Amino acid sequence: MGFLGKLNHSFLGFHQRNSSLVSPIDESYRNAVVVLNNAMALFSVRCSESTLAEAQRDSRYDEHENQILDFPGGQVTFTSEMRFISESPEKRTKCYQVLDDNGRPILGTSFQPLSKEFAVRMYSNMVTLQTMDTIFYEAQRQGRISFYVTSNGEEAINIASAAALTFDDVVLPQYREPGVLLWRGFTLQEFANQCFGNKGDNGKGRQMPIHYGSKKLNYFTVSSTIATQLPQAVGAAYSLKMDSKDACVITYFGDGGTSEGDFHAALNFAAVMGAPVIFICRNNGWAISTPTSEQFRSDGIVVRGQAYGVRSIRVDGNDALAVYTAVQTAREMAISEHRPILIEALTYRVGHHSTSDDSTKYRPVDEIEHWRMARDPVTRFRKWVEWNGWWSDEDESELRSSARKQILHAIQVAEKVEKPPLSDLFTDVYDHLPSNLLEQERLLRETIKRHPQDYPPEVPM
Amino acid sequence: MLGIIRQKVGSAGFPASIVGQALQRVRPTAFASRNYSTAAKEMTVRDALNSALDEEMSADPKVFLMGEEVGEYQGAYKISKGLLEKYGPERVLDTPITEAGFAGIGVGAAYYGLRPVVEFMTFNFSMQAIDHIINSAAKSNYMSAGQLSVPIVFRGPNGAAAGVGAQHSQCYAAWYGSCPGLKVLAPYSSEDARGLLKAAIRDPDPVVFLENELLYGESFPVSAEALDSSFVLPIGKAKIEREGKDVTITAFSKMVGYALKAADILAKEGISAEIINLRSIRPLDRSTINASVWKTNRLVTVEEGFPQHGVGAEICMSVIEESFGYLDAPVERIAGADVPMPYAANLERMAVPQVEDIVRAAKRACYRSVPMAAAA
Repeated sequence: MGFLGKLNHSFLGFHQRNSSLVSPIDESYRNAVVVLNNAMALFSVRCSESTLAEAQRDSRYDEHENQILDFPGGQVTFTSEMRFISESPEKRTKCYQVLDDNGRPILGTSFQPLSKEFAVRMYSNMVTLQTMDTIFYEAQRQGRISFYVTSNGEEAINIASAAALTFDDVVLPQYREPGVLLWRGFTLQEFANQCFGNKGDNGKGRQMPIHYGSKKLNYFTVSSTIATQLPQAVGAAYSLKMDSKDACVITYFGDGGTSEGDFHAALNFAAVMGAPVIFICRNNGWAISTPTSEQFRSDGIVVRGQAYGVRSIRVDGNDALAVYTAVQTAREMAISEHRPILIEALTYRVGHHSTSDDSTKYRPVDEIEHWRMARDPVTRFRKWVEWNGWWSDEDESELRSSARKQILHAIQVAEKVEKPPLSDLFTDVYDHLPSNLLEQERLLRETIKRHPQDYPPEVPM
Repeated sequence: MLGIIRQKVGSAGFPASIVGQALQRVRPTAFASRNYSTAAKEMTVRDALNSALDEEMSADPKVFLMGEEVGEYQGAYKISKGLLEKYGPERVLDTPITEAGFAGIGVGAAYYGLRPVVEFMTFNFSMQAIDHIINSAAKSNYMSAGQLSVPIVFRGPNGAAAGVGAQHSQCYAAWYGSCPGLKVLAPYSSEDARGLLKAAIRDPDPVVFLENELLYGESFPVSAEALDSSFVLPIGKAKIEREGKDVTITAFSKMVGYALKAADILAKEGISAEIINLRSIRPLDRSTINASVWKTNRLVTVEEGFPQHGVGAEICMSVIEESFGYLDAPVERIAGADVPMPYAANLERMAVPQVEDIVRAAKRACYRSVPMAAAA
């Protein structure tokens, strides 16, 4: 049958098959248009038969007659419609939440169930963290320690994310995550010792307060530089993968930290290398005095994940159960699928950036108070635990007063412990003490011996 | 790649043939100054580095190489030739273009316990990553009180090549050499390259390993001992390349070759120069340098980098601190010109030290020439 014969045949066939449609005139018009389009497509391909083979090699057509081309990096479908992707989505990415403001599970929600012991342990840690922050902050104001950083408002992110991990998972923190250490067993005395920089500090008094670290608890020592822990986390995760360990790396950073080049390098690399790392962004709205509206113009951090090929989710950072569930799921994905996961936890920095900051200078006091009172993550989780019948008012007052007592005691003890010995000035620069430092130490000791009045008396020799 | 010098050594006294565009400075007598026998094995610096990497990766499965073009391309300067094929993509990683990114990733892997070797295409690009080198690698062991050790090696070509302009020619010896927590090495010969790279990879501290692009193609004799897979050189020990008694000349990397040539010229004028190949910028081998000054009483420091706050300034101060009474003349400092490196070949030649500059400085130190600047 000739070309036109084929057309007639299909046309007739179509007409006969669809007898139940609208008026024959409409139908035939519609059919004619469709058939003509097909004909033109077929016709144009046949016309250029000499280049047919070449065209078929690297271009195909999808079912809507759009051309597909194999570019380096994969197939791309063309479109004749010029459309710019909008700079902001119509709707912002939704935020996963489990508990409402009254601590009740939202209808239809799914989350990881917790045992009473586990839930109470989580809650106690959140309260302890909150109390510790309050008392250490006051201690700094009294001049007993030089500096402190609180995690007010971020207790759920701290404790719930830590609770969803195992102790084999490696933690690379920014600096607002002491709750993770607390969960893993860092004692209040150890926290106090680091803040006072005394002999009991396992950091040997080398760093400012809140720069905690514990090799034993798999928590890499806090370093002040922003976002440098992100590519480091990818490197550590890659090493875990090479070791085939059933563990992942988790790293924390704030909304401000995502502006650093290291954020870009880390996410890009993690996706390319298939590193089992969980990136948790504590989007608390503020980077010292810079609000997120001046930090970036994207829909928060979660949308950036897809740009790097990283699976991501937005989570209510003040909802302990949502954070717990999301982190636990992310951990399974990261380890079994060898991929990075990005979690954006929305929250609010209730406290000042640090004791060197007075945030009332750049944000309204009633905004701070609203988040402190109405959206407190500790209270919200408490309501859920109480609703389950696992907690009472007596338990509450007992816990709070006991925590307060222990922390005050830890501070009193830490204040009296002597400072690290002079030799700790020179050790750990290198693996072994080099001769030039031995020489310097010797000279220093000699000088102190000759002029003791010029040197502080409480430095043990 | 411009400026690769390849010297084929014949029997003593016979002029060598030189391949590639280059500084044609080789004279027959130059070879007499090298301690070699005609039966000794020769090896280029490139092969020395490649064999060192190969042996260390083979001996320790924790060692891995990371950088731009190190894998499929066999290395931007072919230093990692054959390694991807031998060890696979898990141990030879081609990285995306982000020095800050892969330096940070290397540090993270080192924190965990691996032993990364991070290659910078040149150390000029390491400035992108210098925060990770200094604040993450150098200081972590101290800041964490020994909990986070960083057994990492950062390596790559350093200093001027030939005709690559200002952003590709800076010497970083002084920058990294000033930072406690780092070890900084600068090999000259193939034996240096092998022994020091192996030592660097085995070292538990972060090491900055400054190679030189123009030396990659240069051949040096290597002893049988140096070819053994257990061969390492001690970090922090300089080598006396040539003994002398009239003036001490310190140098590192490519400048050692220039200093040796200067020594030949000086010998003809009756000045016996002692050439010290520093090998290690940090820790600096102050005892070797000072012992030499006690012997010769005169010092010339040579480096390619910028003069202010340079390696020579530190050596001079060290000698003043320990050996002031032994100096019979002011210390002479030869360094690169205090300008961003120009591109034009004639200007570039004026911006880096030449053999003649070293000869004149040595003569000044020996009070054998008219001073360059009029005295007050």
